[in-house]
Amino acid sequence: MTDLHWLPTIPDWRPRLRALAADPAKAWDEAVALANGRINFVLTNALDEATRRVFPQAPATLATKSVRLAVLGSSTVAHLLPAIRVAGLRRGIWIDTYEADYGQYLQELSDPESGLHAFKPTGILLALDAHHLTAGVTAGMDDATADAALAETKSHLRETWKLARDAFKCPILQQAALPVHLPVLGLNEHRLPGSRARYLARLNEALRPMAEAEGVDILSVDDRAARDGVLAWHDSGLWHRSKQEVSPTAAPLYGDLVGRWLAAKQGRSFKCLVLDLDNTVWGGVIGDDGMEGIAIGQGSALGEAYTAFQDYCRELTRRGIILAVCSKNDEVNAVEPFEKHPDMVLKRGDIASFVANWSDKAGNIRSIAEELNIGLDSLVFIDDNPFERNLVRQELPMVAVPEVSDDPVGYPIALSDAGYFEGLSVTDEDRERTSQYQGNKARDALKASATDLPAYLRGLEMNLIAKPFDRVGLQRIVQLINKSNQFNLTTRRYTDEDILAVMADPDAFGLQLRLLDRFGDNGVIAIIIGRLLEQKDLLIDTWLMSCRVLGRQVEPTTLNLIAEQAKKLGAKRLVGEYIPTKKNGMVKDHYAKLGFTVAAVNDGGGSRNLLDLAEFTPAETFIHVTEG
Amino acid sequence: MANEATVYKELTEVFHDVFMRDDIALTPDLTAKQVQGWDSFKQIEIIMASEEKWNIKFNTRELDSLLSVGDLAKMIVVKTGG
Repeated sequence: MTDLHWLPTIPDWRPRLRALAADPAKAWDEAVALANGRINFVLTNALDEATRRVFPQAPATLATKSVRLAVLGSSTVAHLLPAIRVAGLRRGIWIDTYEADYGQYLQELSDPESGLHAFKPTGILLALDAHHLTAGVTAGMDDATADAALAETKSHLRETWKLARDAFKCPILQQAALPVHLPVLGLNEHRLPGSRARYLARLNEALRPMAEAEGVDILSVDDRAARDGVLAWHDSGLWHRSKQEVSPTAAPLYGDLVGRWLAAKQGRSFKCLVLDLDNTVWGGVIGDDGMEGIAIGQGSALGEAYTAFQDYCRELTRRGIILAVCSKNDEVNAVEPFEKHPDMVLKRGDIASFVANWSDKAGNIRSIAEELNIGLDSLVFIDDNPFERNLVRQELPMVAVPEVSDDPVGYPIALSDAGYFEGLSVTDEDRERTSQYQGNKARDALKASATDLPAYLRGLEMNLIAKPFDRVGLQRIVQLINKSNQFNLTTRRYTDEDILAVMADPDAFGLQLRLLDRFGDNGVIAIIIGRLLEQKDLLIDTWLMSCRVLGRQVEPTTLNLIAEQAKKLGAKRLVGEYIPTKKNGMVKDHYAKLGFTVAAVNDGGGSRNLLDLAEFTPAETFIHVTEG
Repeated sequence: MANEATVYKELTEVFHDVFMRDDIALTPDLTAKQVQGWDSFKQIEIIMASEEKWNIKFNTRELDSLLSVGDLAKMIVVKTGG
């Protein structure tokens, strides 16, 4: 698989590209945004062309350093250049490219009058194809001849690097050989000295220490091809037709590999991974399912998959990547597994910044960047929830947010394939980094966020479908009533029969609320039971909500619906109770926030709250309500 | 399964993406000579985009025999069992 699967599909990509030139002031940011969509080679070429039309040269105000990259090839590389430029664009880097004349790279390097010298590259990519590298190698060779041929190829490469370095004093990226040759002996191909397949493998192995000694970096397309399959990278039909060794379909990935190298050279690789917790680091919701209920560790495939993801994260910390947590949870619940769950691979000490609260995640991610004193553009945020991903993408476009499914198996793959943390060396300091950040922590410096939440909420096009309890919904209603712990004002548990009784009671109502938005259907996310008491009081017996939809104005919209239902039953006043439990601290002030008067508070912290319906004005929200 | 009409419709999208222009109208006898910028690289882009879109593969002989849009569309219809 060579597609850029970690980037989100942008639904209106084509019209946005067509409109790129319309507002030159915004065109660069827009082009960067489009480059961060999941695009194939055709769209990559189109984006490159459109961008170059608006910007014949680098925009004046870029924060990044522009690059002049010369690509020296022995076969066709022209089709790779747009993808390389777009990979730069993806990272906000302007890249000018130069393609040496077909197979003329040595001459161009040696000749001060050549186009290459006139171009004055600041980076050189040496992309030699497998056929070129194995020219003259044949199965008829004996050991000594094959070894001599390999030594000659190596010294040829060394000389080429020296020529390039002497002429331009710039970083050099050597493409490893793509293993395109077929075996002729078979399983034990290594016994055939002159095997071309074996020759490439030996060369690739020898390249690493040699490049190390010469200060050259490797573009390890051989490793990529081992993961993706050589056939995903190379089409021999196309090789015969157009001498394109790398298939155009793999060009966007090839370009991205080069782009991440250029970014790393400028110190622009990502430095910190911010983790959501529930259903990202473990399966389930800690606040609802508890320590015993979450999926982590041995015993289930799902639990093991989360363990594997945690293990990958810990491996990242050991090479210098900082971990942070950004979770919608009560902090005490969120921390508990890190401190007490025996199957957790990640421990509290692995997390440099731990933010668990109920505020919006964009604001919390800002706080994390401030606390760690690193730029927002060095953060990667991983979350199973598409709502949160899109919120962060919209509010903080400089934060990388990989597109993942709800299957944790894909999380390490997404992080690795995206190459966010491309590193060119490892220092002792890297290995100790997390503990440093822990030591430097300055929790008091967190500023309130300036996120434009209303604009985001408006853009969500939310639709709340309010339906009375019915038999179709019975199972889900009972499940929510018995499972929800956190956003649950009274934590009253009911059976099927209890719900049927509510449905039959003329002095009670039950509501099931479903929330849809432009990203899809969130399912039934809230349950309300109201009961008419004496003196025209309407008791809100049950109000519970899924924490997934917190911060989206569902609460005031729900209150509007409750008030409406209460009036239908002839009520004059709403009575809202808060019954505290270990888990529901987050809704302690729920009714006060909605404008209720606190009538009584008991010793345990529970409260009784009142709202006069004659005085009540329905809140205006961005949610459209449909009666189902 | 794709009939000729839908193939032409979707192939038009492919051409618009490849050439970044929305004014190319596909006809069976349209050839590379009549479209500005349709060189051998664009030809490969069109072929590979079609292979990706319909999940098909053209072999070397088939590619050599493609002379017009009509040839391509016909071959896509055949390959998708239309």
